[in-house]
Amino acid sequence: MTCQRVFIAPIIILICFNLFVGCGSKQTGVERANEAGILLRGNQSEPKTLDPHVATGVPENHIITTLMEGLIAYHPTDDTAIEPGMAESFETNEAGDVYTFHIRDAKWSNGDSVTAHDFDYSYRRILTPELACEYVTMLFVVKNAKKYFESRSDDTAPVVTWEKVGIKALDEKTLQITLNAPMAYFPMMLKHYSWFPVNPRVIEAHGGISSRNGEWMKVGNHVSNGPFRLKEWSTNQVLEVEKNPLYWDADTVKLNGIRFLPVESADTEERLFRNGQLHLTYMVPLHKIDLYKNKHPEKIRLDPYLGSYFYRVNVTQEGPLSDKRVRRALALSIDRESLMKNVLKGGQTPAHFYVPPGINGYTSIEFLSFDPTEARRLLAEAGFPDGKGFPVYEILYNTRDDHKTIAESIQQMWKQTLGINIQIINQEWKVYLDAQSSLEYDISRAGWIADYVDPYTFLEMFTTGNGNNDTGWSNKRYDELIRLAPLAGDDKKRFAMLNEAEAILMDDLPILPIYIYTMPFLIDSSVKNWNPKLLDNRNMKYIWLEQSGE
Amino acid sequence: MFKFILIRLLQLIPVLVVIVTLTFAMVRSAPGGPFSSERKIPAHILEQLNEHYGLNDPLYIQYFNYMKKICPKKLNFGALMKFDLKEGLGTDLGPSTRYEGRTVNELITESFPVSFVLGFFAISLALLIGIPVGTVAALNKNSAMDYGPMSLAMFGICLPSFVLGPIFALIFGLWLNWFPVSGWRAIGGLHWADDIPYRVLPVVTLSLYYAAGIARLTRGGMLEVLNQDYIRTARAKGLSTTVVTVKHALRAGLMPVISYLGPVMAGVLSGSFIIEMIFQIPGLGRHFINAALNRDYTLVLGTVLFYAVLIIMLNLLVDIIMVLLNPKLKFSS
Repeated sequence: MTCQRVFIAPIIILICFNLFVGCGSKQTGVERANEAGILLRGNQSEPKTLDPHVATGVPENHIITTLMEGLIAYHPTDDTAIEPGMAESFETNEAGDVYTFHIRDAKWSNGDSVTAHDFDYSYRRILTPELACEYVTMLFVVKNAKKYFESRSDDTAPVVTWEKVGIKALDEKTLQITLNAPMAYFPMMLKHYSWFPVNPRVIEAHGGISSRNGEWMKVGNHVSNGPFRLKEWSTNQVLEVEKNPLYWDADTVKLNGIRFLPVESADTEERLFRNGQLHLTYMVPLHKIDLYKNKHPEKIRLDPYLGSYFYRVNVTQEGPLSDKRVRRALALSIDRESLMKNVLKGGQTPAHFYVPPGINGYTSIEFLSFDPTEARRLLAEAGFPDGKGFPVYEILYNTRDDHKTIAESIQQMWKQTLGINIQIINQEWKVYLDAQSSLEYDISRAGWIADYVDPYTFLEMFTTGNGNNDTGWSNKRYDELIRLAPLAGDDKKRFAMLNEAEAILMDDLPILPIYIYTMPFLIDSSVKNWNPKLLDNRNMKYIWLEQSGE
Repeated sequence: MFKFILIRLLQLIPVLVVIVTLTFAMVRSAPGGPFSSERKIPAHILEQLNEHYGLNDPLYIQYFNYMKKICPKKLNFGALMKFDLKEGLGTDLGPSTRYEGRTVNELITESFPVSFVLGFFAISLALLIGIPVGTVAALNKNSAMDYGPMSLAMFGICLPSFVLGPIFALIFGLWLNWFPVSGWRAIGGLHWADDIPYRVLPVVTLSLYYAAGIARLTRGGMLEVLNQDYIRTARAKGLSTTVVTVKHALRAGLMPVISYLGPVMAGVLSGSFIIEMIFQIPGLGRHFINAALNRDYTLVLGTVLFYAVLIIMLNLLVDIIMVLLNPKLKFSS
């Protein structure tokens, strides 16, 4: 008797509880949020910071771009278009190296006016070495900015005062930026949050220009100039922003707020979505992509994304990997189409080149195709006919299921096509990063996401000694092209130089491109105007929610 | 008893020093650092970041600085009850490198209460289920009432929470739609009762594993006690089974459960990483694991230290309860 009671009791409690809960509304979180005009967005991880001059990650970018607005903003559909932000208009001189911005009549969320001096202060803040802004190099395109930074961080460097730097507030509403050289894509760079302003009064009240204490970004202290302002921030739980009534274009802002949920597990996030607690997810579990594509195609989106997945090859080792023919043989024996179709299934594009497609005016040439015959010929020419005598190398990847699956597939392809044996080895993320940067690997999995929509962000990293090169590869002509391209003036000439650089990279193959990323995510049908964007950069003021039955 | 407690508390000091020293050595010898990332930070910026967090000094200086900062300097019970170590003890666990602008003290103060609530209810539920089930099984030894629940308990011990959690979320969250699949509170909710549905699944999932263990331990403990002479005497006096069980047998039969509870409570109260990940709970367990992955040195040390103190204190508490319950035991250091 007692035993039965023990088992029945919890069930009765559960049923009673359900009745109690059932008395409330049966609306899902999304339905309630639609009524309140609040977007519920999965945002992967807890934001490290909300400071645009300290931040580096994608989840931070999602939040900061709702709170802050730079001179130029994101366009709702076109990544290469210029959407007015804090600058009502701007003009350049004939040479194209001096930009004059006219700041609009805008207010900070505490009522202060946004002035050209605020921008002057903000850029001086990034260039303050003690702040340790990781994106400081973005500002080095400005005349004397690098020298100013160095003079403050290195005692031996010549002193450069702020007056010498090419950033001037000519009056309250006019900001002039002088560049090192003409740069047609400079306005595009301004969309990046490292160029966003902060309110100098607020920064000074909470530690000053060089302080990283983060006091100013806490709820109650935070002041923004974008379409939204900070409402709530609970670590690992939620960050909520609400509509900023003082925003200059508040009438256009349709959402009343956005809740960012830091959901690290893709499976949990997918369950939240199915449970009606999220409008949008940050990712989709690999094994669910097919299911959604077949059963709920309206809920899954596989948008193009400006990122490249590739293998680095350590070319500094003595032995076959330093032989370009061997690297070519490896690259030609990867059947990318089959990998995308049968293994990844997430709509990725096979990478026959390195720079992803989609950048206006830049097209990569198809360098690599699946060519087993040529691959075998090259390997034989290098002294390893049918893979005989080829050393056992390792593919290194950071511990994750999809990297493992890809590595296993490629291991198999190389075995079948070239007759060589490769081992695969996984390491925890930070150990893997350490091994990669100290060149303690043979072949290593890697990926690169663009900072801004331009091939330069992909190609610059493979110059000699670049911190992100990590292959030991070096080519003089390549370095020269990368150095000269930004000075080329017009995009046509610049892209031609970058095309040549990419050709050199794809001829020498210190990297083996595998695929071009896509951005898979789940989206509720009530979210409107969520257009494909190459870097998932959104101007949230244009997003709106449709209530069911409307 | 006072002397016993005092000696145990004094023993705490060398134990903690050893734990902090070992953790410090281990976390600092792991490859990679807090600022290593796929996109390399320029060398001069890395230098500044290390400077900002005091990571440029020689290791032994960093170690002594840290020790100095974590030394208790005052005692304020009111603040301690709110888990505020800075106000309560003057212990400064330093800034977190992962959570920019937030200190380890703040992170613990914010996340421990969440883990505490989750753990408290999970343990309570586990006891509520485990003890009766174990007792009934012991009383009906070698019958269906024993084999049935015990097999179930074995199953419960073997089934990890990362399997049970998603299954519960699927059944009770997605199919039956009784509870939200994850989250800790109704964001934007007006009443505390709105939060309750969010807490049912994580509490139940976490508790079942421990309930299974408690049931098995209770059964074992009870079986041993039920064969003792004093129980036979009690029965011979004509006392009812209920009185014999509850008043005489249970008190001694629960000894194994109580000694098991010490470390379990510390573990559960300081958070269960897996449950927190599955149900999206902002507790301490996530910091405990993620800090190591992020090489957030101060957060690793802070959570390890906190966990160590908790486990030692709870073991002490268990020892005191054991002596109070069992007259055969005496306080001795």
